[in-house]
Amino acid sequence: MASHLPTGSSASQQQSGAAEMTSDTHHSGPTGLMRWLLTTNHKEIGTLYLLFSLAMFFIGGLFAMVVRAELFQPGLQLVQPEFFNQMTTMHGLIMVFGAVMPAFVGLANWMVPLQIGAPDMALPRLNNFSFWLLPVAFTMLLATLVMPGGAPNFGWTFYAPLSTTYAPPSTTFFIFSLHLAGISSILGAINIIATILNLRAPGMRMMDMPLFVWTWLITAFLLIAVMPVLAGVITMMLLDIHFGTSFFNAAGGGDPVLFQHLFWFFGHPEVYIMILPAFGIVSVIIPTFARKRLFGYASMVYATASIAILSFLVWAHHMFVVGLPLTAELFFMYSTMLISVPTGVKVFNWITTLFRGSLTFEPPMLFALAFVVLFTIGGFSGLMLAISPADFQYHDTYFVVAHFHYVLVPGAVFAIMAAVYYWLPKWTGHYPHLRLSQWHFWLSVVGVNLTFFPMHFAGLAGMPRRIPDYSLQFADFNMITSIGGFLFGLSQLLFVLVVVLCVRGGRKAPAQAWEGAEDLEWTVPSPAPLHTFETPPDFTPYRH
Amino acid sequence: MRLVWTVGLVSAGLSSKVLANQWNMPVGVTDVSREIHSLHMIIFWICVAIGVVVFGALFYSLFRYRRSRGARASNFHEHTTLEIVWTVVPLLILVAMAIPATATLKKMYDTSEADLDVMITGQQWRWRYSYLGEEVAFTSNLATPRSQVEGKSAKSENYLLEVDEPLVLPVGQKVRLLMTSDDVIHSWWVPDLAVKQDAVPGFVNENWVRINEPGIYRGQCAELCGKDHAFMPVVVKAVEPPEFESWLAQRKEAAAQAALGVDREWALEELMTRGEQVYATICASCHMPDGQGSPPAFPALAGNQTMLDDADYHIETVINGVSGSAMPAFRSTLNAVELAAVITYERNAWGNDTGEAIQPARIAELIDSP
Repeated sequence: MASHLPTGSSASQQQSGAAEMTSDTHHSGPTGLMRWLLTTNHKEIGTLYLLFSLAMFFIGGLFAMVVRAELFQPGLQLVQPEFFNQMTTMHGLIMVFGAVMPAFVGLANWMVPLQIGAPDMALPRLNNFSFWLLPVAFTMLLATLVMPGGAPNFGWTFYAPLSTTYAPPSTTFFIFSLHLAGISSILGAINIIATILNLRAPGMRMMDMPLFVWTWLITAFLLIAVMPVLAGVITMMLLDIHFGTSFFNAAGGGDPVLFQHLFWFFGHPEVYIMILPAFGIVSVIIPTFARKRLFGYASMVYATASIAILSFLVWAHHMFVVGLPLTAELFFMYSTMLISVPTGVKVFNWITTLFRGSLTFEPPMLFALAFVVLFTIGGFSGLMLAISPADFQYHDTYFVVAHFHYVLVPGAVFAIMAAVYYWLPKWTGHYPHLRLSQWHFWLSVVGVNLTFFPMHFAGLAGMPRRIPDYSLQFADFNMITSIGGFLFGLSQLLFVLVVVLCVRGGRKAPAQAWEGAEDLEWTVPSPAPLHTFETPPDFTPYRH
Repeated sequence: MRLVWTVGLVSAGLSSKVLANQWNMPVGVTDVSREIHSLHMIIFWICVAIGVVVFGALFYSLFRYRRSRGARASNFHEHTTLEIVWTVVPLLILVAMAIPATATLKKMYDTSEADLDVMITGQQWRWRYSYLGEEVAFTSNLATPRSQVEGKSAKSENYLLEVDEPLVLPVGQKVRLLMTSDDVIHSWWVPDLAVKQDAVPGFVNENWVRINEPGIYRGQCAELCGKDHAFMPVVVKAVEPPEFESWLAQRKEAAAQAALGVDREWALEELMTRGEQVYATICASCHMPDGQGSPPAFPALAGNQTMLDDADYHIETVINGVSGSAMPAFRSTLNAVELAAVITYERNAWGNDTGEAIQPARIAELIDSP
């Protein structure tokens, strides 16, 4: 790979960058609100992303609580079906585009420069712009809730023609806000790629990078590849709604199934965008607390790349009952089954890393281990869903809801929480409160399983997804799920408490906050000063 | 090894209990549904077996190599043979799984040589069944009363899974199901028949079923199709072929009777009574039982001056729908009598008092000449 920059040039580049930094206006810059609006510092922007994501996590979570409250027992009690559909739709959109994706970008902002020994992101002003697009986009999206006709109500997958001909007027705002969020993601991805390829510490080859950096590099390429497809498909919707075209309108010679092909060509890589950085986080945390090098570093990198490439070849497994020809069904069944091979390799590598290690169970490790177990359960149901004949029964039921929540909640969200617990000492200079963190972990694990495990049974027994009311045989499963949901939702308040307490005080953390940690971020003081690596660090590539 | 056997036996015992309590996918009443169920169970047990090995290794490591028990970390971090093994073995398992799945899928796609063709049309929010070549067609609506949904009366046994007119099919015959939609995408699903197929506007999808046992099989729309997505169930009544034939003859007779009613003069009260029924099953879900609608998507009918001033506009709207809105065309869903009755009802209910009776003959003329 041509990535190994000549040491001399990159070092001098960074030294001049560093000189510029110190003479810059940063230390005497604006204060208060303007400081946050104008900041170009990767740590401050990372914090903004993470706080934004946390706020969205609670708003999206609130919508989920409305859904679970209505589904607590059969019959319509609290909300009408129109509003229920708005809640499921907004829950999905907010969680995917507002909570999980920005959380990973925030972690990348904070940690990628620190892990590769760079002074900042490659394009700091662009970085500021990418973030500030998000509050605009999501304020607009949330505002649709109070518009006449209500918010988008067609599911986060917004299948045409329900989302075009039959959609509420607020759909136009939804399209605009997704465009903004998409631009934010593309710009963020460009920035991350530029940073990783150009700003690594002298002597750090690609194959020396921590896995979090590797998985984010691959994720960023996925983002650049598929966000324009999303932009294309929502623009076609806009044209259908306002300009008389018939891309998805059968009456005008259009094709509603085309929408699904385009959406899922974006949508499947999108779900990997939400899980690959999680793989990276877990691959960094497990070796730290096993006090042992990651098993199969190279195969982890290759497995991540394989998953990314395969993600472009499996989209129609979301469409097995839409009326695909037999050959297409077979192709997409086989390609989907193949994904379990590299994913399996990752799980085996994590377990072999633990094998004959010296394990301790600090909060980040607890979340990382729960990730391995529960994500694997989501992987099993994914393998079952890949079997196309069986998918004729599973499709669009709660079995699918169980599957993707297992990979996204105890998958992506637990990985984000593991990352927060892991890096909080670096961000704040304090360790998070141990007892409270443990309570948060155990309540979350119990809550998440109580919520999502019974959904498998409800789905197999025949409960379709996205319904506000259901027949009596599903009542028990739904009640357990709702109780679990409330428990999980409430226990996240503990998470906020832990973070707030940790920012305000706590046991002081040294530069190397975790005994087994060995990446570059642990060579700078805790809390990390505003500017780090103004001169490139000495990097000795012994690790991998 | 003994542990594996114990876990296996206990879970096998549990699984029979699970089957009895509707926790699992139904075995169903067709050959295809049986095959799908067995594929589902095979892949499930493969996952369980892999899970036992993987989680076994994980939890063994977690207990055995704790630092609190004095474990010291080794230094190995690569093992090429091991890595090849755990890439190749899963690949072989997948191939073994793909072979029976492919065979079943091929069977499911063979819609040739059907004994009977039924066209299934999804509409917001009901199903329309039409027996091709038999001149028999009807819509199938949710039969659960609104009061049960709102909790004002006790919920019946088949709450939300009961319809006014089920799809009647003969057992032992291959029935080809052709699916399409008049508005948005719906999905016709009956778990016991293992048929789930999207009904897509502008497309005709094919599926088929050969039911082995007489009985009543219930399912639901599976694709989000708007606000009443939860309220468009599917009910299939499978009967012996002779019974099916006599049912079909009866339906044809009834259709002929209904056609006779078109030509005679109907009294206002007669139309109002009939219209009230039609309004309740077809129109009330959007325009509300009290005619107030839910603007902006669904306009109010009570006191709607444009509609009351111009009967032709009213009739035209109901027959042909409104392009680019949620209002569908009812010319092929309802017959002339039903259309005349519901239009009359809308012009005279909830304080609308035009006193006009729209005669079925007037409607019949319009829907016969498109």
